[in-house]
Amino acid sequence: MKNHNEELRLSDNPYLPFPARIQQIITETEDRNLKTFKVAFINKGDEQGFHSIPGQFCQISVAGKGEIPLGIASSPTEEGYLLFTVNRTGVVTRYLHHMKEGDTIGIRGPLGNWYPWDKMEGKSVVVIGGGFAFTTLRAGIVYMLHPEERDRFKDITVVYGARSPGLLLYRKELEQWEKRDDVNVHITVDATDDPHWPYNVGFVPAITEQKITTGENSYALVCGPPIMIKFTQPVLERLGFKPEQVIISLEMRMKCGIGTCGRCNIGEKYVCKDGPVFSLAQLTELPQEY
Amino acid sequence: MGDKIIKKGQLPNVLKALKKTFEVFVPVREDGFYRLKPLKDGEKVDLRFTNTRLSPKSFVLPQSERMFEFTLDEKSKDAHIVKEAPKGYPPKVVFGIRPCDAKALRLVHVNFDNPEFRDPWWIKRLESVTLLGLGCNEPCSTCFCTSVNCGPFNKEGLDVLLYDLGECLLARTLTEKGEKLLQVGGVDKDADSGLKKKADELKTRAEKKIGSHVPTDKLGKKNVNDLFDAPFWDDVAFACINCGACTFLCPTCWCFDIQDEVTKRQGDRIRNWDSCMFPLFTLHASGHNPRAQKVQRVRQRFMHKLKYYVDKYKNGVACVGCGRCVNHCPVNIDIREVFRLMNDSEDSKQQ
Repeated sequence: MKNHNEELRLSDNPYLPFPARIQQIITETEDRNLKTFKVAFINKGDEQGFHSIPGQFCQISVAGKGEIPLGIASSPTEEGYLLFTVNRTGVVTRYLHHMKEGDTIGIRGPLGNWYPWDKMEGKSVVVIGGGFAFTTLRAGIVYMLHPEERDRFKDITVVYGARSPGLLLYRKELEQWEKRDDVNVHITVDATDDPHWPYNVGFVPAITEQKITTGENSYALVCGPPIMIKFTQPVLERLGFKPEQVIISLEMRMKCGIGTCGRCNIGEKYVCKDGPVFSLAQLTELPQEY
Repeated sequence: MGDKIIKKGQLPNVLKALKKTFEVFVPVREDGFYRLKPLKDGEKVDLRFTNTRLSPKSFVLPQSERMFEFTLDEKSKDAHIVKEAPKGYPPKVVFGIRPCDAKALRLVHVNFDNPEFRDPWWIKRLESVTLLGLGCNEPCSTCFCTSVNCGPFNKEGLDVLLYDLGECLLARTLTEKGEKLLQVGGVDKDADSGLKKKADELKTRAEKKIGSHVPTDKLGKKNVNDLFDAPFWDDVAFACINCGACTFLCPTCWCFDIQDEVTKRQGDRIRNWDSCMFPLFTLHASGHNPRAQKVQRVRQRFMHKLKYYVDKYKNGVACVGCGRCVNHCPVNIDIREVFRLMNDSEDSKQQ
């Protein structure tokens, strides 16, 4: 047992959010259900103490409404601010969608684990995303494409799909990546009535099968709706990805974000503390309850 | 540290002395059940209880804890900023806590104080409370503590363990905190070897009186997915009405919810006990719920206590055999039966 006599300092309280200010709000999709919030810490010290790694999340706190877990959509290479893309769904997200630039929120984090960047070094990386579950994948892509990081990885391929063109996140950035020669980007939509749509039409698993040739010496980062994950798994298996090379980020209802409140467990693992990032190999060892 | 003697007739004076420094809580009979309540002046302590209906976990993990406060008043420069809520941690004594309930606090402790995160409220409250335990001379029929690394005179988690020897109480000091407590209470008479022997005999006798036993030897070795997919969960859950009484009463259930409450632009962030028996516990905002079915929630409760905790901490089951859930379940779900089902279940051929 530890010595509890030492006085716990305020900053040691893992439940206390750091105050932050909304700098900019970007409406991402045509249905206006997804907005990206650019936020900055109010206290310089909080910003300096915040070191996230792509794949991690934060608890976003709105005083009077509550807290929600949100993946960090910005890369640590983007300094001075954080990005969170918010789907309007529940009490807190609905309220957030009505907030304005300059409003105060709270941020707790970074929380959870991250994509296995050390293991991915020297390997090719295939990023597979669907719908609005592209936030921490965006952080990962921006991170890998940073001039100081790019050489650590071999080929980088992105397969990203949404139901329709208007529902794609980070549209401008996708188009910019599309033009680069150090990343292969395959944008797809389930369907479109735009005859000039320059990208792919088809579901993410099918496009993955068309565009990816091998899983050898590669890692796949997969994030998306359960149905997409379900149908992408056999594709990756056929391409030769081993369960250890398939990395999946999970979502759960959360409160504490630090493994104490008890609700986000899958077997003995807490998604908030032991996850949210798991390899397929890890997930097959755990009860199928997510 | 050692063994001291408190004559039964002296007990009121000891407690009176303690009251000068501590808030003293004692078991009090109320509506047919015992509960721990602040000792009133001149109140005689009733030692005839088997155990309190509610577990004493609320001394360290209150049913509601005000975590933070904030103002939504735009005139305040700190509007919308969540801040620590000032509060005190007055020193308390829990007199008569049973050994099983004290051990339960040790089992829960790893959840709130670990190398990654330290829960400040749990730590401060645990520090501020001194546990003056009372061994169980007469365990009740649903007690099975001796099967789960505990017992009627188990010392873990206690500061002092009292042995009721009839005329007097033998006080076995277990921690420095306990030693200080006895000093404050004016307990200074050493026990002689005869009384010490009597205390040890009492312990052996009480352990033999435990008539309920459960197997635990194979739980750690089982494959988690074999247990998860075992055929008996539908039967176990069949009668359950998801009332949550088991989790509410259980000394090792710690799950909580966090909610904001606002009155006239002043708000509090509060954490409240929650229960894995309720569907809202895991309901996503999207509508998806990994434990939407009753059977999934019942399975979660037992798997957490008897398998996930076992695997995670390698320190036995998260159950101290207090028997509360057995006694109070309105549909007679019996954790002892679940121990047997899980421990003695067949392993899948693939393993």
